[in-house]
Amino acid sequence: MINRIRAYSIAIAGFLLGSAGTALAQGSKVVARYHRYWLPDQATAIAGKVDDMFNLILWITSVVFVLVAVVLVYFLIRYRARPGGKAIFYHGNTRLEIIWTVIPALIVIALGFLSKDLWSQIKQQFPAENDALVIDVRPRQFQWDIRYAGADGKFNTPDDITTINQLHVPAGKNVLIKLTAQDVIHSFFVPEFRVKQDAVPGMVTKTWFNVPKPGHFEIACAELCGLGHYRMRGYLTVDTQADFDAWYSKQQSEKAAQLAPPPVAPAAPTGGSTTDSALIPPKGDTATHGTVTGDSAGAKKTDTATGK
Amino acid sequence: MESTAQVLERPHATEEHHGHAHPQLSFLEKYVFSLDHKVIGIQFMFSSLFFLLVGGWLALLVRWQLGFPGQAIPWYLAGFLVPESIASASVIQPNTYNTLFTMHATFMVFFAIMPMMIGLFGNFLIPLQIGARDMAFPVLNMLSFWLSVPAGLLMLASFFVEGGPASAGWTSYAPLSAVADFTGVGVGQNLWGISLLVLGVSSIMGAINYITTIINMRAPGMTMFRMPLPTWAIFITAILLLLAIPVLSAAIGLLLMDRTLHTSFFIPAGLTVTGNPLAGHTGGGQPLLWQHLFWFFGHPEVYIMILPAMGITSEILAVFARKPIFGYRAMIFSISAIAFLGWIVWGHHMFQSGMNPVLGTTFMISTMVIAVPSAIKVFNWLGTLWGGQIQFTVPMLNALAFVSMFTIGGLSGIFMASTPVDSFIHDTYFIVGHIHYVLFGGSLFAGFAGITFWFPKMFGRMMNPTIGKIHFWLTFIFFNCTFFPMHILGIAGHMRRIFDPNEYPHLAHLQPINTFITVSALLLGFTQLIFIANLFISLRTGKRAGNNPWRSNTLEWTVPSPTGHGNFEVVPTVYHGPYEYSSPMTDEDFLPQDQPVDPERMKLAQGMGHH
Repeated sequence: MINRIRAYSIAIAGFLLGSAGTALAQGSKVVARYHRYWLPDQATAIAGKVDDMFNLILWITSVVFVLVAVVLVYFLIRYRARPGGKAIFYHGNTRLEIIWTVIPALIVIALGFLSKDLWSQIKQQFPAENDALVIDVRPRQFQWDIRYAGADGKFNTPDDITTINQLHVPAGKNVLIKLTAQDVIHSFFVPEFRVKQDAVPGMVTKTWFNVPKPGHFEIACAELCGLGHYRMRGYLTVDTQADFDAWYSKQQSEKAAQLAPPPVAPAAPTGGSTTDSALIPPKGDTATHGTVTGDSAGAKKTDTATGK
Repeated sequence: MESTAQVLERPHATEEHHGHAHPQLSFLEKYVFSLDHKVIGIQFMFSSLFFLLVGGWLALLVRWQLGFPGQAIPWYLAGFLVPESIASASVIQPNTYNTLFTMHATFMVFFAIMPMMIGLFGNFLIPLQIGARDMAFPVLNMLSFWLSVPAGLLMLASFFVEGGPASAGWTSYAPLSAVADFTGVGVGQNLWGISLLVLGVSSIMGAINYITTIINMRAPGMTMFRMPLPTWAIFITAILLLLAIPVLSAAIGLLLMDRTLHTSFFIPAGLTVTGNPLAGHTGGGQPLLWQHLFWFFGHPEVYIMILPAMGITSEILAVFARKPIFGYRAMIFSISAIAFLGWIVWGHHMFQSGMNPVLGTTFMISTMVIAVPSAIKVFNWLGTLWGGQIQFTVPMLNALAFVSMFTIGGLSGIFMASTPVDSFIHDTYFIVGHIHYVLFGGSLFAGFAGITFWFPKMFGRMMNPTIGKIHFWLTFIFFNCTFFPMHILGIAGHMRRIFDPNEYPHLAHLQPINTFITVSALLLGFTQLIFIANLFISLRTGKRAGNNPWRSNTLEWTVPSPTGHGNFEVVPTVYHGPYEYSSPMTDEDFLPQDQPVDPERMKLAQGMGHH
């Protein structure tokens, strides 16, 4: 009797384990309808490829897990102790062990080689600089300082266009982001691109993307960077080429007005962000031209409050 | 049985007499500054359980903030105990949330799991299982424990200094950890480093002792390939410790110099602090140097925490399946392979760090390969269960949980090993789920299994099996409810280490999962009190255990429970391997290692059980 109860409870445990595995395996399809609890939208071609790789590994690991769980639970029920029973005396089987060494080895090495090319597309095969919009992103606690080359096409000249937390790019064009952190390590992460790249002080790292359709995305800092890490959020606006050009020339003319000897003080810079109605954050992080944002002012305040 | 015959020809054990005329020991000598490896092991057990509770409490505070952001810490999480440096007005603040997960991980890794896996099981088991009277260096052994105490106190003290404890993550990435202005944490981060330096010395002392003892002090007939698997696993672990800890200590030394002497090992030139140039550092350092050093230690560290658990699981599965372990030598070779490969995979923590992506590919392949010995172990555990007479005791249930949970943790690791997939899930909750399946689902379940299994040997009483089963099932269920959904969070793009996920509109819809995890975590946390209660209740009221309550083969079960100082009246002679269960050479279903076999019967059994 007790044995039977035992067997049933084991069977239930096994069922739970097995169904967890199956749920995982079926997850990608079933949950797709509720995709809010699954992979975010794919905004780039790379994102689709990463998801394919993810799903391949999900299938392989789910099958392995279900097999292991089923065998485990079957053995637990089948070979549970019985009065007067005797276990078999068996030390192992070399041939079997070679089989279950070689098969997993082949699978994981194959996964490694399958991953290799995609990895190289993400991190090694950058678009040529003359075929891409190059943007300098220099994160610091806790904001994204963004810099475009401006009218002369060169960085670190007076006509560079700078924004804070606002990244605008045109759709359908290669974008090459050059990252350098100003203080601690940050990480540039856009979930819809499936790509993450740390920004390290003292060195330049690169990431690239090409978003076919206009849209609004969030840039998240994915590397712990201090007390304001959780709200180090940037906004990425992918515009049509025409909208982007309009935005860019507006930035340029404002910059030019700024640089021109001021007979009359120009109007306070507010441009650039008003079009992002969908993503205007509540606190006004959208200031451009190096104006201190609400966020970083807040960070400073909290900084001093921690008592350094 | 090829080795059995050889040993029968060996001369009988020299019956040296030792330890019989112990002078009466004072209370201090017997229980506090004891030289007895068993007492030291038990001391490590209580200290690790204490820090397990501290670390668990910090985890629940982390979960509270994520499940119920901005709400006051409830009474049952002992909000009144929370220092002002963590929460003001009982509400966890963003600037100190980081200290909670930093100190949670630090306590769990260095002060709970390591002392339990290595301090407790290493000390308690090694001499008993190899037939030695004590460790090679008993005084060093005592010092090893008594250095871990000030290390723990220093770490605890950091909660009460100005600026609070370390908040740069348990990985302490530079430059965040290297300059006080970046976190606002001054003394606390220094104490973190100093505490780990002291603890490192303690670990090295232990490792030297284990290695020496195992190489030199095995009983006659106890060849290396007759050693029980927990001892084998801890032997390999001790070698890893001896080689890995100095690297961590060196890295922390450099970090402390950057912090206090204004060197710039990890600090490049031209840094700013909220827009102003960073004063006092000339620069020229490399932030990635810290990561290389830390993970060169850190990845072997993962195996330091899991290999002993694998050894314990192997032992318990064989005992309660009443069967020889499937592929004893393959188990040892796979542990050794994991230990070797563990040195050449550290770069998989740094795929997105800016490290050369070609190097990333190399580390991906080595990381993929390390899955193989782990797979061998899982299959061999299944093979051990096959054809057994499985007894569902509390240690066995926990060991079986280890097998299934470690399988999940191992498989989820393959996602991260794939560099392009890691590009998405790196630094998300997927990683948090994975690491907890390995360290809680793996190491901690093995810890529960080991403690309930050897408790009778430690204290002469059995742990209450009914309470043990209640604890097991609740833990198993709440564990999965807590950590499995973390994978889903990660897949949805939820970053780790963020104070308030609602700050990101793209994460706000995940709040129900976070709340579910927090409720499960609270239940999981409080379930652990059942284990602690069972331990203390059973100390006084547990059923008396004989020498060998589990009918087990290894040498620790041949001596009285609890075992006196000096362990063995007569040093035993070992005649066969540790897992000869249900052997045709005996009428019982077990065959103690020190029990010789009638040569006639052995001839009959020759060739059986080998294929």
